[in-house]
This record gives sequence, C-alpha cells and structure tokens, in this order.
Amino acid sequence: MTIASLIATPSELTDATSSKTAIVLMTRVRLARNLSGKSFPGWAEKAERAAVLGACREAVSAAPQMKRALSVSIDELTELERMILVERHLISRELSGSKGGAGVMISKDQAFSVMINEEDHLRIQVLRSGFQLKKAWNAINDLDSDLEERLDYAFSPTLGYLTACPTNLGTGMRASAMMHLPALVISNQMEKVVRAVNQLGMVVRGLFGEGSDASGSIFQISNQTTLGESEEEIIKRLGSVLDSIIEHEVNARAKLLEADSNKLFDKIGRAYGILQNSHLLSSSEAMNLLSLLRLGVDLHVFPDTARSLIDRLLIEAQPGHLQHVQKGEIEPTQRDLLRATRLRAEFANVGGPTFTINGQN
Amino acid sequence: MANPLKCDVCEKPATVHLTQIVNNKVHKVDLCEECAQAKGVTDPSGFSLADLLLKASLNPETGASGVSCEQCGFTQNDFKKHGRFGCPACYDSFKGMLDPMLDNMHKGTAHTGKVPSRALERKSLYDRLNKLELNLNDAVKAENYEEAARCRDEINQVKQSVGQTHAR
Repeated sequence: MTIASLIATPSELTDATSSKTAIVLMTRVRLARNLSGKSFPGWAEKAERAAVLGACREAVSAAPQMKRALSVSIDELTELERMILVERHLISRELSGSKGGAGVMISKDQAFSVMINEEDHLRIQVLRSGFQLKKAWNAINDLDSDLEERLDYAFSPTLGYLTACPTNLGTGMRASAMMHLPALVISNQMEKVVRAVNQLGMVVRGLFGEGSDASGSIFQISNQTTLGESEEEIIKRLGSVLDSIIEHEVNARAKLLEADSNKLFDKIGRAYGILQNSHLLSSSEAMNLLSLLRLGVDLHVFPDTARSLIDRLLIEAQPGHLQHVQKGEIEPTQRDLLRATRLRAEFANVGGPTFTINGQN
Repeated sequence: MANPLKCDVCEKPATVHLTQIVNNKVHKVDLCEECAQAKGVTDPSGFSLADLLLKASLNPETGASGVSCEQCGFTQNDFKKHGRFGCPACYDSFKGMLDPMLDNMHKGTAHTGKVPSRALERKSLYDRLNKLELNLNDAVKAENYEEAARCRDEINQVKQSVGQTHAR
C-alpha cells in the first residue's frame, strides 16, 4: 500500500459520518508503549533507534489488524505527505518533524496507526467515527495484547507502563473525542466549559492537539492523568464528561434558537453564500464556514445528506490535502484561491437552506 | 517552590498565579508574564497544566542533583532540560525525585490498570532460567553431579515452556 492509494481510499474519518456523529465527530484511543531495556527514542543513539524500528515493525506487521498495512519511514515521505497524515490524525506533528529512525504503520482502513520512535517506542492508536469510546478501547486493547505476545514491554508492577514522559506513566492511555461545539462558542460559554472540564481532570485542546487553535469550533477533549486509575475507569469518567458537554451544547443550541433564531440563521445563511461564491478562502475561514453549515445540518436547515460532504471537506480543505490534489506545493495565497474554487464547485449543487425553527425536533 | 515570587519556569518575577483544582487536589503554578504567554495560560482553548507542573517540580532545590542512570547514563540535569527520561530504568534511578512529582501530576501513584501478563510470564521464565543456569554452574564447579543433572532437566523443561509462549 502506498501513501497515494491511502489518500484515495475511503477512511473511517472522511467517509463514515452519519447523524450519529453530530456532536462527537470522532473518538480516538492511544497507548504509549516502550520496549524494556532500550533507551527511549529521544535519548537513544541512531543505531538503537534503527534496531527498535526494525523490531517494532516486525512485531506490528504480524498482528491480524495490521495485515497489508502501509509501513513507511518518516524520512521517506515528502513534506506534503507528512502534512496529509497529520491532517488525517494518523501521525502527530511531533513524529512528522522527527529525525531519522522514525516510522508509521497504518492499517488498510486507516482505523489503526502505529507510530514508531515518536516520543515513545510505540504509540498505537485507533480512530472511530462518532462517540465510540468503549469500542475504541476494546479495539486498541486487542491490538496491544497481540503485540505483547511478541514484544517485551517496559512495565513496572507499581508504576505500570513506563513512558518517556512521566505524564503518560501508568496506563499510557490517552482517550479523546473530537467535538463540534459551535453553539457553546457562539454563546461565549467555551471558556467556562474548559475550566469545568479541567477541574474534572480532563483537557481541552484544539483540533490538532497541543497548541493548535480551535477553528471550526472543533475541540479535542481527553484525559489528563494516566496513573492511579484503570483504563476502564478513565474511559467511563471521560464518557460522562463528554455526555455532559453534549448536553450543554444541545441546550446552547436550543437557547440560541429561542432567543434570536434570525441571528443564528443569518450566520448559517451567510456561510452558505460565501462558500458558494467566494474566490479567496483561508484555511481557518473555510473551517469556520463549514462548521456553521454543519450546525445547519444538525438544525435541519440543510438535508442530512450534506453532512458527509462537509465532514470530508473539513479534512480536504486543509493545506496538505489541497496541495496534494494540485500535485505539488503552492503559495498560501494561491492555496486560498484553490480552496475557494474547490468549495464553490462542491457547494454549487448543494440545495439552498430551509429555515424553520420547527425543523429542530 | 521555595520562593513563590519567582516564575516556576524561568525564575523571573512571577506575576501570573494559577490555581487549579484537579481531582480534588489543589495545584499552584506561578509564572512570569512571558512564560504565561508562551505556555498559553492566557489562551482559553487550553494548555497543559501537567506539563507546567512537571517543569515546576524541576526547581533546582528538589532532590540531589548529580544522580545518573546506570543503564543509560541519563542525568537529573538532562531531565530538567528535556522533561523526558532516558530509558525505562530511569524510573528506578530517579525514584526520589519522581515520587513527589507523580503525586502532583496524577490521580494516584500506583498503577491499577492493564498488566501485560504474557510479557511478564515470559520474563519470569527467563529469570528462572538465569537462576537455574547459575545453579548448574555452581553444581558443576562443586562436582555435585546429581544436582547438576537435576538443574539441567529443569532448564530443559523451562526452555520448552518459553518456546511455547513464543509460539502461541
């Protein structure tokens, strides 16, 4: 399997959307694992990193989940290919900028990805569309148990899985959900939510993890602590935090409609107009417009069939994907032109909005 | 945190004082304006308190410096610089520095989650094998051939079960 065919094939993230994915777009569970007796990637000599890469590749490729997986070294990839993998959440920004001896293996359906020699020897993750924390945990737990048959993990009975950074110690697990929270953003409640979520031991980040912005009103919520609780307990706690965020978002939407539906419909209608007619669109403006249209689908302003298009474009309007279509790197201003042209074409055939408050169940 | 007026990251005078309650534990961080900006504390879209606490607990006063890991040569100063350890054995080497840090960082200090049982089983077999081989050498040296034969038989037995765990 090659990167090009990976981009061309349907994936969990770009093609599995339904009304079930309305507020939680995607769930992800990641486990950090290391091999015992080996220096962590950041401290290891070149030869040791290469040896670990080889050993991990062999062990991972024997797992049934990773049959016919794509396996590449990061230094074989072009800048653009790396960018695309980051935009698809298949590799981290850190891995994308790593020195030699780092690699990634991605399952055929792009649900599993295994980063090798990122901060830890192994970062194994699973992506599931929608709100599927338990399913995601079971899936990654199975892959992990299978790898354990062939790899000697660094593990301490008291401290759990040993990781390069003590913030990941214990379960080594980071479970997260990508949430679309436009009403909380519009009604200026996000700061309050972030604070409340923090107090519950969970972290809120932007779309692409630490330090990234939250354009498109998309946030990642994940557990902050990894030691002192079992995986199931963390999943359960995160699940109930997510449930309550969903409830707040739903309430915020109802309140916006109740208080001043014209104001909300104006935003959605304008977003549709801009997407159909603009000639220059930056990445973050496009994200925000698509986000409003996505809210429109939830409010039955647009038919439910528009959802998969919007979710796909949220990924494909990103700089890497956009340039890939053009088969080469292009200047940011050219990109804005290209993005607007692409979105104009995509939305030319999307029917106009129908604004009825009753449409919202 | 000997002097609360200093920034926990760079030791300039602290002007931003952050208190956060996580899991019913109070966490305090003092930062200067610059570090607060750099760490995104002023950004409502989130920042990692865990990372801040990690850096904060690395004040020079904590623990004895000069300790290094026997396995990989990593020193406490390296940890201060990178915020990451050198190898799994560092967790033993820097235990003194680590324990108070974990208490601050996590919900608990003991692992209660998944255990890699297959890997541990394999390890205990290897450990047993090593011990038996030492016994065998001792027995041969002492010309205790009865004991040596017994060790050899047991080694073969253990080797067989190691093979089985791998083949599974």
